[in-house]
Amino acid sequence: MSPFETEVQLAGSGPESYFSMVIRRLLKHKLAVISLGILISILIFCFVVPLFFKYEPTYSDFSYLYGSPNSRYLFGTDNLGHDTFTRLMYGGRISLIVGFSAAILPIIFGIIVGAFAGYYGGVLDNILMRITDAFLSVPSFPIYMALAKVMGQGVINIILVFSFLGWMVDARLVRGMFLSLKENEYAEAAKAIGVSNLRIMFRHLLPNAMAPILVSVTLTVGGAILSEAGLSFLGLGVPSSTPTWGNMLTNAQQDIFIAPRLVIWPGIMIFITVLSFNFLGDGLRDAMDPRLKL
Amino acid sequence: MATRLVEVQKLKKWFPIKGGVFSTTVASVRAVDEVSFFIDQGETLSLVGESGSGKTTTGRTMLKLLQPTSGKIIYKGKDISKLTPNQMRPLRRNMQIMFQDPYGSLNPRMPVGDIIREPLDVHSIGTRKERQQAVATMMETVGLRPEYERRYPHEFSGGQRQRIGVARAIIINPELLVLDEPISALDVSIQSQIINLLQELQQRLNLTYLFIAHDLAVVRHMSDRVAVMYLGKIVETADNDELFDHPFHPYTQALLSAVPVPDPDVKRERIILQGDVPSPINPPSGCHFRTRCPYAMPICKEQEPAMIEVAPGHTVACHLLTRK
Repeated sequence: MSPFETEVQLAGSGPESYFSMVIRRLLKHKLAVISLGILISILIFCFVVPLFFKYEPTYSDFSYLYGSPNSRYLFGTDNLGHDTFTRLMYGGRISLIVGFSAAILPIIFGIIVGAFAGYYGGVLDNILMRITDAFLSVPSFPIYMALAKVMGQGVINIILVFSFLGWMVDARLVRGMFLSLKENEYAEAAKAIGVSNLRIMFRHLLPNAMAPILVSVTLTVGGAILSEAGLSFLGLGVPSSTPTWGNMLTNAQQDIFIAPRLVIWPGIMIFITVLSFNFLGDGLRDAMDPRLKL
Repeated sequence: MATRLVEVQKLKKWFPIKGGVFSTTVASVRAVDEVSFFIDQGETLSLVGESGSGKTTTGRTMLKLLQPTSGKIIYKGKDISKLTPNQMRPLRRNMQIMFQDPYGSLNPRMPVGDIIREPLDVHSIGTRKERQQAVATMMETVGLRPEYERRYPHEFSGGQRQRIGVARAIIINPELLVLDEPISALDVSIQSQIINLLQELQQRLNLTYLFIAHDLAVVRHMSDRVAVMYLGKIVETADNDELFDHPFHPYTQALLSAVPVPDPDVKRERIILQGDVPSPINPPSGCHFRTRCPYAMPICKEQEPAMIEVAPGHTVACHLLTRK
């Protein structure tokens, strides 16, 4: 008898790493692929195209205020004669950096808090979750405003403020995942092998909690871009001389009836970026679950 | 005489039920209540009993996956019941467990090669290359193709997953293996394959098994000795043949009479127990079995029966013995 008497032919091709599996499966998700394409285009637009472009974001053409689009100024100019196309690119840099950083930092902190609270439970869970509750019951927008005033305006400060007040939802999410995941038999199996608690938490349980975390990250990126736009709109975010998509909206508000395109362009950029992140998050979540057939 | 590998003395595992305003312990689930048994090197002790009798809890408490409420677990002459998780870690090399659920016991996000290799990683055994080699050898030993090591658990069938579970448990050469209903989630045709694999491995690697099961036919096939559990207590222990041929305890007799015989002409007397298993939160006084026992006497209510040896190696806890 063959030593592989119970063998059944397994579907699919040869072995592959987890990473390549995720990529392969992600590429099957149409909406995610389109979103990924759009996001890459936006990244190139914001970070690469300006290198080959003629205008500085601060360049003003005072002879052509509120200018309509023409061959020199593709999207026209604003109230100070800035080239809208150039400012969209440079503004996107700041908005994207803020969006990414303000999503990554709080999720890291949230994972650590949530993992310890959910895994160890008991007193530690109680302490960590009551702190989380306290943070959650703070009305965040006034605090944003106050902190922005105290710490001053600036990109770094915005990121710190968002991180400081943005980790609680992630912590709760991760705690909930860990509470249920730690009851799995494979967690007990790991314990029986002699795996340390930290390794069980971060090597066994965390990968199983990644799907909702990732979706949360992509939503937060979108949310942070929106919040930055909101704060800048109120004049509390990035200094108005620095172009961001939010600042461009702010500056355009008084001109909304004179030159509505000044509102529309940054608005569309924010909309498309946030929407693409959300679709990409959905795609990644499905791609990262090897049990799900695509 | 065989060497004693592990001995459990008056092991107790009570789960507290918290309640009230201040989360005080209002009651306890007496999952395991003063259980004593031993296992010799190289033998298979089976633990049988119906659902909720505390078999699984006994197995897990013995491995200290659950902290015992009281009692001793003497492993190779050393009491491990009070060791901290950190002190237990090096000992985990010697005692492993295989789980019932082939779906829940393997991490769905880990390739099976990593799952099988993890014990080696954790205990820092061998170099990277040697570990890789050991995983391939082990996969072959349990009847899996080594080429499948990068695949994920969901790509395997239930029987194959149990083989992965076996491979993970024995790759670090344990002495004691707790088999927690390893086949009850499998098809009958696959059950025999896993049983044969386990028996073959036991012979080859001189493993000692604590076999937790409720399929008595398999128990008879597998074990050297059998212990019968009811509501957190062991009521009867004997050698395999002795127990099946001369069951003494009324509960054992009822249990054995429920085993189907593959011959329609055989007339058998079925002992049908009345009622349900009482709650382990509030077990009956005296003998736990008295509420369903056909021979219950007044003394059963007042006094807990002691373990009495009725034949060499055959012990029973029942008042019927003392009355004679």
